[in-house]
Amino acid sequence: MSNKLNHSMSLAKPDALDISAKQKVALAIGVIGLFILALALFNTNFPNKAVFLTLSLGLIIGGVIVYSREAYLTKLEGIKNDGVWFKSISSRGVWGWIVGVILTTFYIVLYFFPKYLGLGSDGEANTGLIGLFDPLSQLLSGRNASQWFVYGTLYTVAILAFGYKFILKYRHNRYQQLRTISVMFFQLGFAFLIPEFMYVMNNDLPYYDLKSIWPLNYYIFDEWSVNGFLSNGNIGLALLLFGILSIFVFTPILTYKYGKRWYCSWVCGCGGLAETAGDSFRQLSSKKMYAWKIERWLIHVVLVFSIVMTTAVVYTYLGYDKNDFWLTRGVFISLVIGFLTLVFTAVMVFKRNELGKDAKYGAIGFFIVIALLLIMHFTGTTDHLFYVKAGALRSAYGIYIGSIFSGVIGTGFYPILGNRSWCRFGCPMAAILGFQQRLFSKFRITTNGGQCISCGNCSNSCEMGIDVRHYAQKGENIVRSSCVGCGICSAVCPRGVLKLENDSMKGRINPTEILLGNDVDLMDLVNDK
Amino acid sequence: MEHIVIIGNGISGVTLARHIRKLSDKKITIVSAETDYFFSRTALMYVYMGHMKFEHTQPYENWFWKKNRIELKKGYVKQVETASKTLHFAEGDTLQFDKLIIATGSKPNKFGWPGQDLNGVMGMYHKQDLEALETYAPNKDVCKRAVIVGGGLIGIELAEMLNSRSIPVTFLVRESSFWNGVLPQGESEMINRHIKNHHIDLRLSTNLKEIKSDDNGNVKSVIIEETGEELDCNVVGLTAGVTPNIDFLKNSEIELGRGVKVNRYLETNIPDIYAIGDCAEQHEAIGNRRPIEAVWYTGRMMGETLAQTICGNKMAYNPGHWFNSAKFLDIEYQTYGWVFGERGRPEYEKHFHWKHEDDTKCITVAFHKDTNEFLGINTFGIRMRHEVFDRWLTEKRDIDYVMHHLSEANFDPEFYSRFENEILKAYTNQLQTA
Repeated sequence: MSNKLNHSMSLAKPDALDISAKQKVALAIGVIGLFILALALFNTNFPNKAVFLTLSLGLIIGGVIVYSREAYLTKLEGIKNDGVWFKSISSRGVWGWIVGVILTTFYIVLYFFPKYLGLGSDGEANTGLIGLFDPLSQLLSGRNASQWFVYGTLYTVAILAFGYKFILKYRHNRYQQLRTISVMFFQLGFAFLIPEFMYVMNNDLPYYDLKSIWPLNYYIFDEWSVNGFLSNGNIGLALLLFGILSIFVFTPILTYKYGKRWYCSWVCGCGGLAETAGDSFRQLSSKKMYAWKIERWLIHVVLVFSIVMTTAVVYTYLGYDKNDFWLTRGVFISLVIGFLTLVFTAVMVFKRNELGKDAKYGAIGFFIVIALLLIMHFTGTTDHLFYVKAGALRSAYGIYIGSIFSGVIGTGFYPILGNRSWCRFGCPMAAILGFQQRLFSKFRITTNGGQCISCGNCSNSCEMGIDVRHYAQKGENIVRSSCVGCGICSAVCPRGVLKLENDSMKGRINPTEILLGNDVDLMDLVNDK
Repeated sequence: MEHIVIIGNGISGVTLARHIRKLSDKKITIVSAETDYFFSRTALMYVYMGHMKFEHTQPYENWFWKKNRIELKKGYVKQVETASKTLHFAEGDTLQFDKLIIATGSKPNKFGWPGQDLNGVMGMYHKQDLEALETYAPNKDVCKRAVIVGGGLIGIELAEMLNSRSIPVTFLVRESSFWNGVLPQGESEMINRHIKNHHIDLRLSTNLKEIKSDDNGNVKSVIIEETGEELDCNVVGLTAGVTPNIDFLKNSEIELGRGVKVNRYLETNIPDIYAIGDCAEQHEAIGNRRPIEAVWYTGRMMGETLAQTICGNKMAYNPGHWFNSAKFLDIEYQTYGWVFGERGRPEYEKHFHWKHEDDTKCITVAFHKDTNEFLGINTFGIRMRHEVFDRWLTEKRDIDYVMHHLSEANFDPEFYSRFENEILKAYTNQLQTA
C-alpha cells in the first residue's frame, strides 16, 4: 500500500501527524454530541427532549467549528493536504473502515428498519432517536418527526458544519467559498426548511424539494406524487410544471452555459454532502482505467433503467382510451419514443465525430431503451409490466436505486470508495447532465499551455476519479462528462495549469501531441498530422 | 528491427520513447537503476507530505508499458562500449543497441564539505533520497532539527516538506537574498519574508563549513562558515544545485564537458548516440538559455524533438520562448520570456515591478529600455496564460500593449480578485515619475 518505510514496530504510525490539544478537546465535544444521539437510539428517555436535542446538535456543530478553526486558522492560507494519506480515516485505515461500517449500518436501518430508530407505527408515539427529534419537527411543521426528518436534519447539520470547515480550508479561494455557501444555502432552504413550511401551508402537497430534479428525484412522477400535485389546484399544478420544466428547459440551458457544475457542485444535496462532509475522502476515488470502464457501464445502465422505469411508472396509471384524459398510454409512449429519437438523431447528425467509437454504444443504448418501451407497451396489461406486478416494479426501483445505491453505497462507502461514488457510478441525473456537458456546453477545464509537470495532485484530488493529469500533461483541455466542476484540481495545482472556464464551443476540445514551448514548426508538424 | 535503448526513465527518456512508439515500430528499451516505472520527480515532495502516495506520482499505469511495447529494464549501466554498441551493467549482464540515448538526468552537487557523506546527509532528487529522508526525518522526535544548505528550488521544497511534519528547519543560503541569482530583488525579498512567515529559520549570506558526526557516523551538527556557530541537527539537506549524472561515461569515447556534449540535433560525437534532458550540454547555448537546462519542460521538449530525428525526420532542438514555473511554499511562480535578476542582467533590460500590499503577490515585467519591447514577465501569486504570453513574445509587443491587455492573460480561478487596474495605475505612475 504505502510506499513509506515504517521502521518502527509500533502500532500507531510513527509519522502520523498529531492533532493539537485544542483539537482533541473539540473532538471530545463532538463525540459527546454524538453520544447523546446514541443514548437516544438506545431508548434513553430524556426528560426534556428539546434541550437535549439542542445540546447534541450544538455540541456536534461546535466541535467541528472549533476543530476546523484550530486546523486552518493557525496556519497561513494555502493548500492544506498535509498528511491526508497518513491519517487512518482518510486513507482507508482502521478508522476509515469503522466509519464506513457505522454509516452503512445507519443507512440500512434508516431505509429498511426505521422502527429501530424509534419510529412509532400505527399512530403510536415516536421513541428513541426519532422521538428526540419530535420537538424540532413540531416547531417547524407542527407534526411529529419521521425517520426522514431525522435524516434530513442530520444531513443539513453535516453540510453546514463541514461546509464551514471547507470554507476555512479554502479561505484563499473564492470559487470554493462561494459554491460551498451555495450548497449550504440550498440544503438548508430548499431541502430542509421550505418543504416543512410548504407542509404547514398546505399539508396535502407531497414533499417536494424544488432543487431535486428528475431523474435524481425518481418518485416525482409516481402516481401518488402526481395525484398529490394535481389535487391541489394551481399551486400543485405549478409545482408539477416546475418539475417538468426543470429537466427539459432550465437544466439544458444552465448546463450549456456553465457545465453540469451549476447543479452538481453548487445546488445538489448529494453533491453538497460529498463536497463538505465528504471532502476528506475525495482522494480515495480510483483513477485506474478499469474503474473508468465500470463507471461508464454502470451509470448509463442506471440511466436507461431510470428512463424506462419512470416511463413505466407513469404508464401504469394512465388510461387506455381517450375518454378520461387526452394523455393515454399510446400517446404517452409515442411521445417518449419520439423525444428520445429526436435527441438521438440530433446527436448523431451534429456530434457524430466527437463521439468516435462511443457512438456505437450510444446507438446500442438507444435501441435497447426503445425496444424495452415497445415490449412494455405490447406485453403490458393493466397491472402487469414486463410480466411483473407494476407496484412491485416501482418499489424495486425505489429500493435498488433510491436506497441502496444512493444511500447505503453512495454515502456509507465514502471512506472506502471516495465521496462521489454515487455521483460517479449511479446518479442518472449526473449521466444526463454529463452527456450534455460533453457534447453541448461552453464549460471546460483549460490546460495552461505546456506548464504541467505531471505531479498528479490534480488526479489525486479528483473526487470523480478523472485522471486529470492524463489530459494536462498533453496540454489538452479536460472535457469529460463526469466532471462536476468542483475546481479542486485547479486549486491544488502547484504550477497554475488548470482553470475552469465557460468559453466558446470552438476549440474546446484540443488534442495535442507536442506541447506549447517547443519549436513552432514541430508543433504544426505533429499536431496537424 | 532497430533497437533503441534509452538510459534513464525520467521525463526526457519517457517522452522520447512514447513519441518513437507513436511514429514507428522500433524496438524500445528503457533502462533505469532508480525505479521500475516512470514517476514525476517533481512530485516526490508530496509523497513525504502525505498529499499523495508514491504510486500517484506515476503518470502511467503499470500496464501501459507492455501495451505500448516499451521494454523496461532495471539495471545500472556501468560502461558504454561505443564500438561494439554494448552496454555493460553493474549486475554483470550486457545489452546491445542500434541507437543509444543518454537521458540520465542530474545528481545533487556536493562541494567537498567535511562530513558530506555522513548518515543523515542527503540531496532531494532521487527516489532513494526520499526514502533516506523518511528514515532520518520521520517526525520531529527523531529529527529535532534539519539544516538545508543551498537556496534554490529544491531547497525551498525540502524546507516545505520538513515543515509539513513540524520539524524545525534552518535554511542556509549563500546569496544575500533567496534565489536572487535568478529573481529580481523585489521578488526575492518577498519570498524571504514568506519563508520566515512559515517559521523557517532563514539564514542569508551564510555558508556551510562542515558537518559534524556523532560516534555512530550520524549527523550531529553543522558549523557555519561566517560565524563558527554550531547548530545541532539530525538531517542535512544538500540542495546547492545539480550536475549531470554522467560519471558512468567517464571511460567511454563519448565527449563530455560538464554534461554530455551535443549539437543542436542532440547528437554526441559518436554516431547513433544521443543525449537529452538534464545531462545534455549544448556546445553553444541557445539564445539566453544555459548550455545545460535542468528543467522538466526542456527535457520533455528534447524528447519530442529527438523522436522526430530517430524516426527519419531529422530535426534540430529549437525551443520556443522560455517559460518556467515553481511554487515557493504557498506562492506560485510563473515566468514567460526573460526577466533577469541583478546578476547577468543585460544593460538594455529595464523592469516594472508591482507588489500587492498583502505581500504574497507581485509581478515584474521586463522591457527593452530603448525600444520598449516586452521581454518577459515574472508573476507571483497570480496565474497567467502561457498561450497569451507566448503569442505576445512572438508578436514582439511593446510593454504598453502588454500592460493594457494584461487581463487577457489572467488565468486565476473564477471569482478571484483581479489586479489589472491597480497594476496599470502603478505602471502609469511609475513611468511618469521615472
